[in-house]
Amino acid sequence: MHAEEKHIVEFNVLFKVLIALFVLTGVTVLAGNIDLGYFNVVVALLIATAKASLVVFFFMHLKYEGGLFKIMVLLAFVILAIFIGFTFFDVAFRAN
Amino acid sequence: MTHNINKDYIGAKIGMWLFLFTEILLFGGLFVLYSVYLHRYPDEFHLAGQELNVYFGTANTLVLLTSSFSMALSITALQKENKKLCMVLLIITMVLACVFLVNKYFEWGAKIHHGIYPDSPTLLERPKGEIIFFGLYYIMTGLHGLHVLIGALIIFVVLVLVAKNRVTSSDFVAVENTGLYWHLVDMIWIYLFPLFYLVV
Amino acid sequence: MNSSESKTLSFWEDDGRFSGIFSWIFTTDHKRIGLLYLYSVLSLFAVGVVIGLLMRLELIAPGSTIVGAQTYNAFFTVHGVVMIFLFVIPSIPASLGNLFLPMQLGAEDVAFPRINLLSWWLYIIGLILILISLFTGQGAPDTGWTFYVPFSEYTTTNVNVAVIGVFILGFSSILTGLNFITTIHRMRIPGMKWTKIPLFGWALYATGWIQVLATPILGITVLLIFIERTMGVGLFDPAKGGDPVLYQHLFWIYSHPAVYIMVVPAMGVVTEIIPVFARKHIFGYKAIALSSLGIAFAGSLVWAHHMFTSGMSDTAVMIFSFLTFIVAIPSAVKVFNWVATLYKGSIVLEPPLLYALAFIFLFSIGGLTGLVVGAAGTDIHVHDTYFVVGHFHYTIFGGTVFGMFGGLHYWFPKIYGKMYNKRVATTAWGILFIGFNVLYFPMLVLGIMGMPRRYFDYLPEYQLGHVVSTVGSWIVAVGLILMFYNLYRGIKNGEPAGKNPWNAATLEWTTLSPPPKLNFIEEPELTRGPYEYKGIEDDAQYQ
Repeated sequence: MHAEEKHIVEFNVLFKVLIALFVLTGVTVLAGNIDLGYFNVVVALLIATAKASLVVFFFMHLKYEGGLFKIMVLLAFVILAIFIGFTFFDVAFRAN
Repeated sequence: MTHNINKDYIGAKIGMWLFLFTEILLFGGLFVLYSVYLHRYPDEFHLAGQELNVYFGTANTLVLLTSSFSMALSITALQKENKKLCMVLLIITMVLACVFLVNKYFEWGAKIHHGIYPDSPTLLERPKGEIIFFGLYYIMTGLHGLHVLIGALIIFVVLVLVAKNRVTSSDFVAVENTGLYWHLVDMIWIYLFPLFYLVV
Repeated sequence: MNSSESKTLSFWEDDGRFSGIFSWIFTTDHKRIGLLYLYSVLSLFAVGVVIGLLMRLELIAPGSTIVGAQTYNAFFTVHGVVMIFLFVIPSIPASLGNLFLPMQLGAEDVAFPRINLLSWWLYIIGLILILISLFTGQGAPDTGWTFYVPFSEYTTTNVNVAVIGVFILGFSSILTGLNFITTIHRMRIPGMKWTKIPLFGWALYATGWIQVLATPILGITVLLIFIERTMGVGLFDPAKGGDPVLYQHLFWIYSHPAVYIMVVPAMGVVTEIIPVFARKHIFGYKAIALSSLGIAFAGSLVWAHHMFTSGMSDTAVMIFSFLTFIVAIPSAVKVFNWVATLYKGSIVLEPPLLYALAFIFLFSIGGLTGLVVGAAGTDIHVHDTYFVVGHFHYTIFGGTVFGMFGGLHYWFPKIYGKMYNKRVATTAWGILFIGFNVLYFPMLVLGIMGMPRRYFDYLPEYQLGHVVSTVGSWIVAVGLILMFYNLYRGIKNGEPAGKNPWNAATLEWTTLSPPPKLNFIEEPELTRGPYEYKGIEDDAQYQ
């Protein structure tokens, strides 16, 4: 129980995560220079989400937490997605 | 009866995560606005976004990521009972937070110097989509900057607590929760950066 | 004092570190905080009622009767802000929830007692700011409690201070929710599985999640009003590229779920009361528990049904209208389960049950009229009319407030250790129930006839309805005065109530009345489910 409660994340794991975050930052800047039309936003958000996941799972230790924490975090993001997505029922179909 | 109600490690973390959700949703309201206006003014957002300095933005991203890294390291250091290293890492985190804010100050300063700030005559002459873009830019990065400032202050408080042995390797949830807050601030920037600096 | 004495000393007498008033305003005892909240929200309720009575008096005849148009605008704004943000939202969770959630879980306090106190302090700061907004600057806010743009951006009345007050009140509400969720996860006594939690706890759990996930949206929304007013960014200003309808989206993303912050705890109270007085296990425990979560979730999907006439896309109107009907399902699940619990029960008609029954009746009218405004077609006809005013008063006053009164009458002996006069309580309930319907039913009719809301003047053909409604407001006032006077008399000279006057089965009834500071003298044991009444001993002290 205690070992699970107080998991120690090793220095080298954190360092690898940082390197990955730096690389992804580079990728997203480069991708911003290529014109993919509407897909630029999609690519940028996918990379941002990959980076955010690294932060949440390793820096914020979510990978080592119990299922409760994972479900709660998921719930928060689902609700946010609903708030943004459902607003588009209006704005995407608005007759100008 | 037991009197350890304030020592519930998991409870403290649940509380902190719930607080983080409120922060996510607080910014979430602004992300609702951002997404709708990006949908409505894709071209204006593209043009206005190109005026922001990608180098500043990228540098600040790397600064904030590194500060998140040092924050995460400080928890590991404390868990391994290396109090001195933990404190050094917390100080590094604070310094990086200040670097971020100074960077931001110059960035905002340059824009304001060019007459681009909310309700400014120069800005109001521009197309509507660009007015909205810069409005969102100032509000979202401003609110984020405020969080960086608060985060730096909290890290300072925790630093003092560690120095005074009020936070130790056996009771480190205060550092861990500060870290959670700091990583959230980092995470929000991870989204703000591409949306403002790299947007189509 | 020795430890055995301090253990039986009630929380009223056990001052802790401070003395006098400081032992209250700096307390971390959840029961004292609950009472601070109870007295605060009831005081604000009195303020809201007085303004409501003045509004009804103004509307007794067409034209200016006692106040002018601008004052009337301030009246309905202040009535709304006070009732919604200062009374109804904190009402049941922060007062009765604080008092009884930890005890029902067998805990000695909430998970974060100091944050609990902070939450009350934030409430008081928000309250002070809102009071300041009424009496300083260029007059009380006149925007309605919804602060709709563009008017709220340009009115010269004191909106800035009011929205900052609302922002702070939002944080107070969030902290309560955060505290309760953590408490329910972490503070249950050993053996209390999720399916053994009293359903009031489940209701507060669902409410807590809405508070945590929806309230921040209100925070950012009112903050944006403040920013727009002070800096003119233009996010909602069409001249600068903004979209005023987006303000309404943000506002209702919070404020629709907020009506479930208001009513779900009241449903929880009713769920506690009904099985006790029907002497039967609650029908469909799991269905009721899940329906609380279901309402919380479904309530987050339907906000735009407040905006059918705001110029949304037709697609959104249809989708949100459809989604709105989904909320009726978990709500109806609860009503059917309550009725099924009563069926063939040995019903004892005590005052708490009367309030619970009134809740079912009034809330059902509120819910069914909700379907009328939730359906896009009929909503076009009744939108922004008195029908809507009648509808939400049936849900919020008839629902939340009657639920709260029921809870007050139910837990009163536990809080004060005394019993009120039940006959007077029943009379007061009757007057309130009749007055309520006389007050609000005519509004439904007026609305269908076309009387718009928020108007201080009206055409002569609406006068009959308005006069009846105003008379109803007086009857309600009499009922409220009688009810509170009776409770006050009970506190002063009531009979000692004993541990368990209602022979209920949840844990708060196993401790003394009023409870000691740490709630239980001995660590409580979970010997029965929350609704298992078999073998509960009759309380010797009180019959």
